[in-house]
Order: sequence, then structure tokens, then C-alpha cells
Amino acid sequence: MAAARALKSRNEVENPTSKVLKFGADKPLALAAGVMLSPFQIAYQTYGTLNEARSNAILVCHALTGDQHVANNNPVTGKPGWWDVLIGPGKIIDTERFFVICSNVIGGCLGSTGPASINPATGKPYGLDLPVITIKDMVRAQAMLVDHYGIDRLFCVLGGSMGGMQVLEWAASYPERVFCALPIATGARHSAQNIAFNEVGRQAVMADPDWHGGTYFETGKRPEKGLAVARMAAHITYLSEAALHRKFGRNLQDREALTFGFDADFQIESYLRHQGMTFVDRFDANSYLYLTRAMDYFDLAADHGGLLANAFVGTSTRFCLVSFTSDWLFPTEESRAVVHALNAAGASVSFVEIETDRGHDAFLLDEPELFAAINGFLRSAARARGLEEL
Amino acid sequence: MTVNVAQRVDLEVVSEIIPPQVKVLDVGCGEGELLQLLQETRQVDGRGVEISQRGVNECVARGLSVIQGDADTDLVFYPDKGFDFVVLSQTLQATRNPRKVLEELLRIGDRAIVSFPNFGHWKVRFSLFFNGRMPVTKDLPYSWYDTPNIHFCTIRDFVSLCDEIGAKVERATALDVNGKKIRFSMPWWFWNFFGQQAVFLLKR
Repeated sequence: MAAARALKSRNEVENPTSKVLKFGADKPLALAAGVMLSPFQIAYQTYGTLNEARSNAILVCHALTGDQHVANNNPVTGKPGWWDVLIGPGKIIDTERFFVICSNVIGGCLGSTGPASINPATGKPYGLDLPVITIKDMVRAQAMLVDHYGIDRLFCVLGGSMGGMQVLEWAASYPERVFCALPIATGARHSAQNIAFNEVGRQAVMADPDWHGGTYFETGKRPEKGLAVARMAAHITYLSEAALHRKFGRNLQDREALTFGFDADFQIESYLRHQGMTFVDRFDANSYLYLTRAMDYFDLAADHGGLLANAFVGTSTRFCLVSFTSDWLFPTEESRAVVHALNAAGASVSFVEIETDRGHDAFLLDEPELFAAINGFLRSAARARGLEEL
Repeated sequence: MTVNVAQRVDLEVVSEIIPPQVKVLDVGCGEGELLQLLQETRQVDGRGVEISQRGVNECVARGLSVIQGDADTDLVFYPDKGFDFVVLSQTLQATRNPRKVLEELLRIGDRAIVSFPNFGHWKVRFSLFFNGRMPVTKDLPYSWYDTPNIHFCTIRDFVSLCDEIGAKVERATALDVNGKKIRFSMPWWFWNFFGQQAVFLLKR
């Protein structure tokens, strides 16, 4: 079962179960690292129909371990799309009304060019030969995908966490191409604490003897233990102390008493082990290194002379930011810093902080207040954009 | 936010002052009643700041452009003259530093509109005079120990603060207990006695 999933996931790298757009030598991707990536490909999904005016397109940006399968069953895990609760026919982001695009980020491992993709120069997977990818690079690639559809201006760009970073980058890099922006549970830079957690994850991967300096594809073994530990550590940061206590407390796993050993005595241990084990079947370890690095490097203010407000000067994009009270990965203060910068830039901005104990991952869950905010914001933006209700 | 709905007759007076299609910031916008009214009747580009998260979430769900923030601390983030009008409706008396807030309003907006309950109203005076206790009325329903209204002033107090900070009163309206405008020709002392609340249009 796990091996079958791992094989499926491996196959998705070159031949994804989704749409693919290939860019040849004539259309390289200029990376922030100062080199060209070429050829490259973007794996993506679309839902709904692009209207004649091409004004109803919504771009969804996924988080660190997400993918393009936002509203359909995932081909690797078989589970519903990661934002299936929000996007679909008759849902808040109504695919009967909007044309929804979601692409796998560059550096990812589900069909867009990443470290697991074949390097045409060697015929082998890139591994660490792939240049470091940044959030800006991901967004530039997405812009090329949007160009492919002849869409001058997206109605909305939205996403949470690393997806929210892409939303902010979109709004800063292409203000005229974003009518409204919805960055959720995110920030304009990665904090020292977040870089620290990412570094723990990367070191766990690189300490696994099966990692082999990133060339593990040649050995037939993968750094599963290291990647699982990385996922376990990261997963803690997606939850909150209160939620962990509520769900697990000190409950024991399938036993009556402590075993006085190092088995998973506690439910929380068993839960984290399970999270780690299932993750390695669907995710490439090198991709994990690249994408966490992209998040660490993100600092929108630094890209604009040290002043975040400069990133948004003169913008006509309508913004709505959302944070969650128990999110300690991207605490409310991170969103508030963006709000203050947008205020200083005179931008139209809404900001909602939602009270929940579900932590960072709340953005992926069925949170009525989140949905009410997204719904209110999108409806009023749609009216302003002249997108009549069906 | 800090007063009950019956008192919000000032909203109509405020909206009468604001011309169509201007840029408005409503500080202490509550659940967005004024912003919605202004968007519907004046087609303004309206933004709001509200301290209670419940109010903000309600506003955003209604499609208004509102952020959670505190008039005392968050107005500094707005650029000079970013708005045509900045409205502070029934909120001044709940701020920690009304003078600083007023100065911020006049910095951010070309004009500021401020409405507040008048503590010089005869009912307040009679209550204090005859009962010897802090007044608790239908319109000011809080006890002294749990009121969010920590800086009450009278109309004359407010006028003298405007003088002190160099704000020019371009227009002033006092409303009686029934929300009716008191005739313009009356002197300050009359307004200060019979005005239940006041709406000022200021410029600096």
C-alpha cells in the first residue's frame, strides 16, 4: 500500500495526473538565483469555465506540502482535494461561476519542475543541482501559466501559509494583474523561529544516511526516516497546544499502562508517527528542502528597500487578510504588519482575526467565520469587478 | 461600539455632511452601519477600523473593507491626508487619549467628522446635582466602574479642545433627546444644555 503510493507519487513527477504546460528553450524561467531554468513544466488543474472577458479567473496558491489537486481527489492519496471544503460547484468559491486555476509550485514534486524532475543535461533527477527556488520564482512561473490562458488580470489570488506568501508576492510583483488578494495565515517574511523549525526539518533529512547528498534516486532507497522526522516536527507547528491537549491529552495508545520503553505509549506519539509515515509516501525529500528554503528566503520588505509599504505603493488591489488566534507559526502580528504596510500605502484592506484553537492548519478546515469572511470579501469584490451573480 | 443603537441617529447627520464619491475612513465603525449607508447613498470609497473582532468579522462578511484596530494606537500607520473624510462616531469618549486621536484624525483626513454624547446635557447635570451620583440613563447605560466611556466631555469642552489644537469648526450640529437638530441660531450654552449629542465637522 505504502509502496504503491510511493510509486504513484514518483510517477506524478514526470507524468502528472493533471494538465501540464511545458516551456521549451524559447521560454526559460529567470530565477532569482540568477540562472535560467529551461526547459521546465508546470502541472496544474483548472475547474469551471473562463468567461469571454477572461475576468472570472481565480488563482489558488498551495502551501508547503500541498499540490494542484485543490478540489479533486488526490491521485496519490485518493483523498479529497485539500481545499475541497471551499472550492467546487455551489461552494463559496463556486466553480460554476469562477474559473479556478491551481498549479503545483516550481520546486514541488507533483509534476511541476523540481529536484525530482529529470535534468536534461544529465538524464538523471536534478537532486541538489536544481538552483534554489524562491517564492518570486514560483509566482513568475504562475504568471506564465496565466499568460497562456490570455488572462490579463486575475479576479482573485488566494492561498494560506506558503500559498499566502505567493499571494503577497503576486500583489507586489503584478499589482495590475490582481483585482483582489486573499492571503491567509501568512506573513511578509519568515521569522527566525520559522527558519529554525525548517532547519531542524532539513537537518533531519540530510542526516538520514539514505539521503546521499540528494542523489538517493540512484540507490533505490529514500531518506524516509529523516523526512518523517521533519514532517513530525513541522506538524506540531501546524497545531496548537490547546488543540493537542483537546485531541490527545496524555491518553495512551492501545494500552492500559505505560510500557516503560520507547514505543509510542502516548496517542500523540502514535499520531505524529503516522503523519510522518504517510507523508514520505507522497512527498519528495529534496522538494521538502527546496520549498522550506523558498519560505525562509521570503522577505518582501527586503525586496523593496526594507520598507514593506513600498511593496504596495499605488496598488489598486483589494486585500483581505485572515489570521487565527492560536496560529503560532504565523501569528496575528505577522498579518497585522502587512495590514499596517497596506494602510500606509493607502490600499483597500480588510483584516479578520478568527478565534480558534486549531492553530495554523485552521485555514484548511471547516471554519465558518473564515468562510463568511471569504464569502463577503469575494462577493463585494465581484460586484466591484462587474461579475454579475448567476 | 460603546453606545446603543437608539443613539445612532447621528449617523444620518454624518452622512448628510459627506458628498458623493469621496474617500472615507470610519474609525470605530462597529458593524459597519455608517459605511454601508455611505456606500449605498453616496458611493464612497469607504474603509473602517473597529476594535472589536466580532464587529470586524461582521463588516467583512458584509463586504466592507474593515480592519481590526485601536483608534489610540493604530491611526499612526495611515499616511497624511489619505482620506477626504475621517469619521469618529460616538467613539471619542472611549479613547485613552482623545486629544491625540483628534490630532491624528485631522492629519489623516482632509476633514474630520466627530460625534459624541454631550455630558453637559441637562439630564446628566440634574442627575449629578440631585442624586449626587454618576448618571446612568437610557443613553448612557453604564455604571462608572464598568463604562468604556472614560473621557466624557461637554460640547463646550470639545469646542475649547478644538481651539487648543487649532482645529477649525466648519459646521456643528447638536441633537436633542429625540435626535432632532437644535436650531442653528441658538448660542453654545443652549446647545450645551439641551444637546444630547453633537456632530462636528473639523478642518485643520
